[in-house]
Amino acid sequence: MDVRAHMSMIFHLDKCIGCHTCSVACKNLWTDRKGAEYMWWNNVETRPGSGYPTGWEDQDHYRGGWKKGWVGVELKLHSRPRGLANLFYNPALPDLQDYYEPFTFRYEDLFTAPEGDDQPTAIPISAITGEPMNIESGPNWDDDLSGSAIYAANDPNWKDVPSEVQAQMAEIERVVFNYLPRICNHCLNPACVAACPSGAIYKRGEDGVVLVNEDKCRAWRMCVSACPYKKVYYNWSTGKSEKCILCFPRMEIGQAPACAHSCVGRIRYMGVLLYDADAIRWGAEGDEKDLIDRQLDVILDPFDPDVIAAAKQSGLDDGWIDTAQKSPAYKFVKEWGLALPLHAEYRTMAMMFYVPPLSPVVSTIEEGLIRLDLPPEQVDFELFDNLEKARLPIKYLANLFAGGNEALIRGILRKMLAVRIYKRRQSVEGEIDEATMNMVWSAGTSPEEIEAIYKLTTVPTIADRFVFPPYHREMAAESMYGDPLARKGDTGLGYSVPPERGA
Amino acid sequence: MNWNMLLFIVFPYVAIVLAIVGTVYRMIRRPFTVSSLSSQLLEGRQLFWGSVPFHWGIVVILAAHLVALILPAGIEVWNRVPIRLYLLEITGLALALWALFGLGMLIYRRVSVSKIRAVTTPLDLVVLGLLLAQVITGILVATVYRFGSYWGTGVFVPYVQSLFTLQPRPELIAPLPFILQFHASLFFVFLVVFPFSRLVHIITVPLGYLTRPFQLVKWVRRDRPVSSEREPVGAGRR
Ligand code: HEM
Ligand code: SF4
Ligand code: SF4
Repeated sequence: MDVRAHMSMIFHLDKCIGCHTCSVACKNLWTDRKGAEYMWWNNVETRPGSGYPTGWEDQDHYRGGWKKGWVGVELKLHSRPRGLANLFYNPALPDLQDYYEPFTFRYEDLFTAPEGDDQPTAIPISAITGEPMNIESGPNWDDDLSGSAIYAANDPNWKDVPSEVQAQMAEIERVVFNYLPRICNHCLNPACVAACPSGAIYKRGEDGVVLVNEDKCRAWRMCVSACPYKKVYYNWSTGKSEKCILCFPRMEIGQAPACAHSCVGRIRYMGVLLYDADAIRWGAEGDEKDLIDRQLDVILDPFDPDVIAAAKQSGLDDGWIDTAQKSPAYKFVKEWGLALPLHAEYRTMAMMFYVPPLSPVVSTIEEGLIRLDLPPEQVDFELFDNLEKARLPIKYLANLFAGGNEALIRGILRKMLAVRIYKRRQSVEGEIDEATMNMVWSAGTSPEEIEAIYKLTTVPTIADRFVFPPYHREMAAESMYGDPLARKGDTGLGYSVPPERGA
Repeated sequence: MNWNMLLFIVFPYVAIVLAIVGTVYRMIRRPFTVSSLSSQLLEGRQLFWGSVPFHWGIVVILAAHLVALILPAGIEVWNRVPIRLYLLEITGLALALWALFGLGMLIYRRVSVSKIRAVTTPLDLVVLGLLLAQVITGILVATVYRFGSYWGTGVFVPYVQSLFTLQPRPELIAPLPFILQFHASLFFVFLVVFPFSRLVHIITVPLGYLTRPFQLVKWVRRDRPVSSEREPVGAGRR
């Protein structure tokens, strides 16, 4: 057992209001630069929808992630020799149009236009060429456009959802959607790292953050294709690849990443997960139906004395072990079993986790499906017994978060419904009746667990949501250069030379 | 000092020193600037028809030049049978024409696609122009002064060897026709441009990819206990 720590984020999708504050916080901090205009290290997509870049989940097209091979797993993108042969032209690279062409407006026209009868206008110009352009798409172009024939209809997660159901979902009365915020998943078995011919991408041992060393990047752009989540971006100006850095400079001083910190819906949680690095290979190689179970097994119990002993042997100090025990990520993922990785079937072992959304399910009440004359709390009961009646098909959510396994999603939604029904009875009726208790037990939960889930979901403080370990940057600096003050001013994101484009 | 000495003694040595010093400096001190500067994200279709033929053509031809310089005896043995000589010459010419086609495509793309123009530096155009001149003169040599792989081992190989042994013999080049001299001296121009242009990407071919472990893990703290400092773990074939 080789115990390591990982910083993981939980996205509680029920709470996301789709405000895009996270995306803007990230953009302002990291990607408001030439060559990075089109990048959204954090993006929020409307689901059902085709996402950003368009159709990123279609791995027959983009060839991201891993597949089972003769021995273990292989990159879907290429074998090693093939990877070298494809350097001159990467056949699976997204086109800029798959994201969108970045644009700005010619604002100076507003001041310099000759006097006349009409108001001057600022025409759109390409951020790349500076020439006038027709804007055909842009950031969140498909925002809230669920049910649309161009975006929602092309969502790859309709797989195995009957076509009648899909057709219904396009009807205006039935349209339903939820938001899916996405950042780099800082995977345990990252395909981006494995695909980089230069070996420029690596995972940090201390906290699992996956980073691109831009000094070593040579623009072979294989990482862009290999990442099944399309979370490595190519900077067309500097000629280097870039990706989400999980705001490691913030985490190192105990602050949440900008996206999580600014989250208006307070949907995001962060904490330490301990994992067994020796088991990663085993975790990634399982049969498709076992992948989630295996990944959860790779994540270790921070209260287990054996794990603690092994963690200490691997150099984790008490501060990290302590925060691992208090980690909200551990609670959601392992203790309560409410959070799942996005598309475990990609076999990269994504380490950001999602609590699947309940709201669109509950709001499915339709004549003929659920009796509308029932009082609201009993509607929840109906749904508890008949999740098939949900407006957003369970299969759809299962394709997103459970590799198609509907039972897994059903179990989670039932537990969340149990929390809702229990707490509603408690606050409205003041007492819990037998029917409610039966439902609690049949959801596999308990009043104590419900209280804990309720507390962390609805009224958590910032300290409950973000539990950061002591990074001890000063000790790391000491171990690297002796006297930390000797290198004052050139740590962090600094470059020893300005990051200018090469010739 | 005559033209011959200037072009084939002084210039080569200046170029070689510049190439080595410049490249080492850039790789070590300015690694951020070293990149193939791919523009595929901005335009893919024409790049495919340009980059693939150009690179395969030029890389194989360059390798063949190198083999001839290092192993002239091997080439001579091969060429002893006329049919094999023809085969070699025809293959070389075909590759050059293929590279020329690709290069033409790359140049057309550089000047006609506005997004590509936006990421084009003057040096990019210089490099493409030099390559065009080099490929065309190469093709002329192959057609006008045929069978270079046959007579070249007797002229160019001793000359290059004389450079490396620091006893330059530019007189070997002096009697050659203009085009041949041009083609040869243009190589040294490439050496001068090499460290300052995108051409440095040629020496960053990531052959190490064939053998490195798939997953790379780095520790910020160097003083971790040794027990867990083992091979990087991760799935996939090593
Ligand atoms: C085997 C070694 C080589 C590799 C791996 C390699 C790789 C690349 C790559 C990835 C690009 C960027 C293509 C894009 O825009 O996406 C490129 C461009 C280029 N390469 Fe190479 N290259 C190699 C050898 C060479 C050689 C030997 C030459 C010439 C002597 C050369 C000349 C160029 C030029 C001129 C460009 C710019 C093309 C343009 O106008 O866009 N390369 N190379
Ligand atoms: S999600 Fe992040 S860590 Fe995983 S493969 Fe993509 S870029 Fe790499
Ligand atoms: S800031 Fe929070 S609530 Fe708003 S879109 Fe982002 S994740 Fe959702």
